[in-house]
Amino acid sequence: MWLTAVTFVPALGALAVVLLPRDREGLVKGTALGTALLAFLVSVPLYAGFDASTAAYQFVERRAWMPGLGVSYHLGVDGISLPLVLLTTFLMPLTLLSAWHGIEHRWKEFAVTMLLLETGMVGVFVALDLFLFYIFWEAMLIPMYLVIGIWGGAARVYAAVKFVLYTLAGSLLMLVAILVLYFQHGAATTVYTFDLPALVQFVLPGGRTQTLLFLAFALAFAIKVPMFPFHTWLPDAHVEAPTAGSVILAAVLLKMGTYGFLRFCLPLFPEASLAFAPLVFGLALVGILYGAWVSTVQPDIKKLVAYSSVSHLGFVMLGLFTFTPQGLVGGIIQMVNHGLSTGALFLIVGMLYERRHTRLIAEYGGLWRVAPALCALFLVVSLSSLGLPGLNGFVGEFLILLGAFQVNRLVAVLATAGIIFAAVYLLWMYQRVCFGEVTREENRRVADLTPREWVVLTPVLVFIVWIGVYPTTFTGLSEASVEALIGQVHTKAAATAALVAR
Amino acid sequence: MTPAPLTFPEVDLRVIAPALALTVTGLVLMLADLLPPRHRKDHLGLLGLAGVVVALLLSLTMWGTDVQGFRSMVALDGYALFFNLVIGYATGLVLLSSLDYVGRQGAESGEFYVLVLFAAVGMVLMAQATDLIIVFLGLEIMSISLYVLAGFFRTRLESGEAAMKYFLLGAFASGFLLYGIALIFGVTGSTNLARVGAAVAGGAAGDPMLLIGLGLLLVGFGFKISSVPFHMWASDVYQGAPTAVTALIATGSKAAAFAALGRVLLEAVRVADLDWTGLLWVLSVLSMTLGNVVALAQQNLKRMLAYSSIAHGGYVLVGLVAGGPLGNASVLFYLLAYSFTTAGAFGALVLLERSGREAVELGDLGGLAARHPLLALALSILLLSLIGIPPTAGFVGKLYLFGSAVQAGHIWLAVIGVLNSAIAAYYYLRLIVFMYMREAADGPPTVAVPSVAGSLALVVSVWGVVQLGVLPAPLLSLAQAAVSPLLR
Repeated sequence: MWLTAVTFVPALGALAVVLLPRDREGLVKGTALGTALLAFLVSVPLYAGFDASTAAYQFVERRAWMPGLGVSYHLGVDGISLPLVLLTTFLMPLTLLSAWHGIEHRWKEFAVTMLLLETGMVGVFVALDLFLFYIFWEAMLIPMYLVIGIWGGAARVYAAVKFVLYTLAGSLLMLVAILVLYFQHGAATTVYTFDLPALVQFVLPGGRTQTLLFLAFALAFAIKVPMFPFHTWLPDAHVEAPTAGSVILAAVLLKMGTYGFLRFCLPLFPEASLAFAPLVFGLALVGILYGAWVSTVQPDIKKLVAYSSVSHLGFVMLGLFTFTPQGLVGGIIQMVNHGLSTGALFLIVGMLYERRHTRLIAEYGGLWRVAPALCALFLVVSLSSLGLPGLNGFVGEFLILLGAFQVNRLVAVLATAGIIFAAVYLLWMYQRVCFGEVTREENRRVADLTPREWVVLTPVLVFIVWIGVYPTTFTGLSEASVEALIGQVHTKAAATAALVAR
Repeated sequence: MTPAPLTFPEVDLRVIAPALALTVTGLVLMLADLLPPRHRKDHLGLLGLAGVVVALLLSLTMWGTDVQGFRSMVALDGYALFFNLVIGYATGLVLLSSLDYVGRQGAESGEFYVLVLFAAVGMVLMAQATDLIIVFLGLEIMSISLYVLAGFFRTRLESGEAAMKYFLLGAFASGFLLYGIALIFGVTGSTNLARVGAAVAGGAAGDPMLLIGLGLLLVGFGFKISSVPFHMWASDVYQGAPTAVTALIATGSKAAAFAALGRVLLEAVRVADLDWTGLLWVLSVLSMTLGNVVALAQQNLKRMLAYSSIAHGGYVLVGLVAGGPLGNASVLFYLLAYSFTTAGAFGALVLLERSGREAVELGDLGGLAARHPLLALALSILLLSLIGIPPTAGFVGKLYLFGSAVQAGHIWLAVIGVLNSAIAAYYYLRLIVFMYMREAADGPPTVAVPSVAGSLALVVSVWGVVQLGVLPAPLLSLAQAAVSPLLR
């Protein structure tokens, strides 16, 4: 029952908020925050009770839903999904708290959409039935669409529609691929089921079918990640979304793409995954470098952070497709790291925006003199994002590069350049915002962190340092699952090859 | 010489019980229309609604029967009963939402409800027909009622235009259909679907006359389901007709035409020599694509829904192309889901007014969510179902349709279908954009008319859409049970 509780507590909270009177804004905010906190508390036992020594799914729940079609309500977590579930439930209360004043109208609707969004996101990570997964995957589009479209910036409608159409086009093709897989499995085994563990056992014939199915799944996930060249929706969506939307978008929604690769593409289509690894490598590398270069020249802080996501997620994709334990564990921990660091960067950008109502770097300068605490935290978060040893970003990037180096040295070397460029764009931006003299009169009145903002940022910083200093707490969760996944990919690919040889 | 004993054909009224219930109610309504009160007629609507409920209950209690009557011209089987449900719900929702709509629009009269009921009689007959003559009879009863209904706001130019267009093109369609029936009769010597099927299997399949006949039949049905390239009437008629009538044309009449088309395909031309899938494939792709692309450019909501309904007809054709148990069952399920959704969406439009006229332009929706959050929410859920976002009926329906296509090996058809859904998302979402993300346009605001019946209709459709989306299994197995006897 734990996973059902974690998934649906936010939805119940949303229902409660709906019933509250609109004019009691404090009550609405309190209920929403309370629900998100409750969801986090409910998710903590998942970590406590998780057995990291096994790759099996844990906290499994399974009930028949549409038995005639082989659809079941099947939930479970393993070392791959657990960190992401915890990341989601951890960030949601902070995000809601950050929106306390940032969201100026229709807070009630905002609370409802955010809580429904949380249910959708957790559902995506815990669903072990393709049908159920797809429902969460699609259903969570609409709350995000509303968050961008209603509470976003000037070009919000354009960004929101672009976000939905891009994602929808990709995921609909995935739907067809799911159906093809379902019927192929059914025809071969006479068992018609959407159950992921059952489908993973099924050895698809190699060749064209597997390639096309892989591509259909990969397109859906690549758009979500987003991998170069499917990233063009991201800067629009990130920049136009309100702070809370940007945080969730960067921290959790993008991870759905990389998680999808891990959970579905790799085990379901191992042969195609191995075959396409060089292409993914290439695109990831382009993403890393291109994202970094484009970030460097952005005049808008938020856009800079948005493009840096393209670069960081390129690292994650690089790690996943090394098919080495280090690469995969690094990829998973980097997903969490990016969620924390970029999430925190967006939070800080939001705080700056609330103070000055601009996000242009040129409008700032010398902030350290007026808001030292804010700038200090900003510095830590920036350093974590650029991968300073001792902070979380370094751990993930190091493991990924370690994995990549075993597979392709040139790629590893070029990717390392991406870290250098990250230092360039982040530190240059930081320097222009925080150092020097206060050049503009308006900036003299910029206030330092309020207690509420301290509460929002401190938990994130704790984990940034924790992962940086003692990553084993978190990497240990994933190791067994990752080893099992890699083994599975290779045995299944071998089985496919044997099938072809016969 | 003793005269031959006079034998009456056996008449089993049970077979036509649902249609009979609707007919009797219609006749009672005509009588009651003569009685006072003279200026208020919504009690007639309630009476008609009671008749529809009776017909629905009859259909439900008779579930599981499989009888034919009137010399095998009419059948009451699972297939017909399922369509009775679809038609019953659609008619009921339309009656509910028109209860005070007709009066509000200054056209209060008892005939409106009578005609709606008679149109429903025709639809039910089409679903039950196992003889081409009954198909034609049902089609005419339905169509003539709808022609009049389309022009019911007789003081409005566009309403008259809609009626005229619908009538002229509909008359053509009837002509095609009748000519097709005549040719089929000429070749096979029968209009009974089972006997036509036997004759086709017995070697008549190669006869060009039969092919032409079946082709003409398809043209006739193509008009009624507004499939491209027989869709020309749809946009103007949908726009001009009273909104409640448009809802009926978009749901009930389309479902009935699909019912008859499906039965003809299943019973008469289900043989290897006559492969219609290629033709239906083309019609399906054309309808989906053209419907969705043209809908992108519409500013009038009724016109947009007209093109969207053309596209949805194309989706349903996907199921007919796929065929088999899953394909045909998904056609039934989708039509139910679609009818709930579309009747609800039009029901929401019925409630909207702006400075005394109907609010049917896209701009009229501006800022609606701020003023009428519940109505906007309901319409949004219905629109999400039309896009096919889970957990709504539209998603499950599309999943079954495209699933059946994949199963039958028509993977490209499924791919074209889902890409079309992505195109469609754009124009449906635009409505949500206007309701939630734009401010109201200048001028008087759009208001929702406080109407208990209209709100009830909306609640019922939203409930149906969500119910079918979350727990579709019972109705899907019902649909499968309904088609399986026909696939023997």
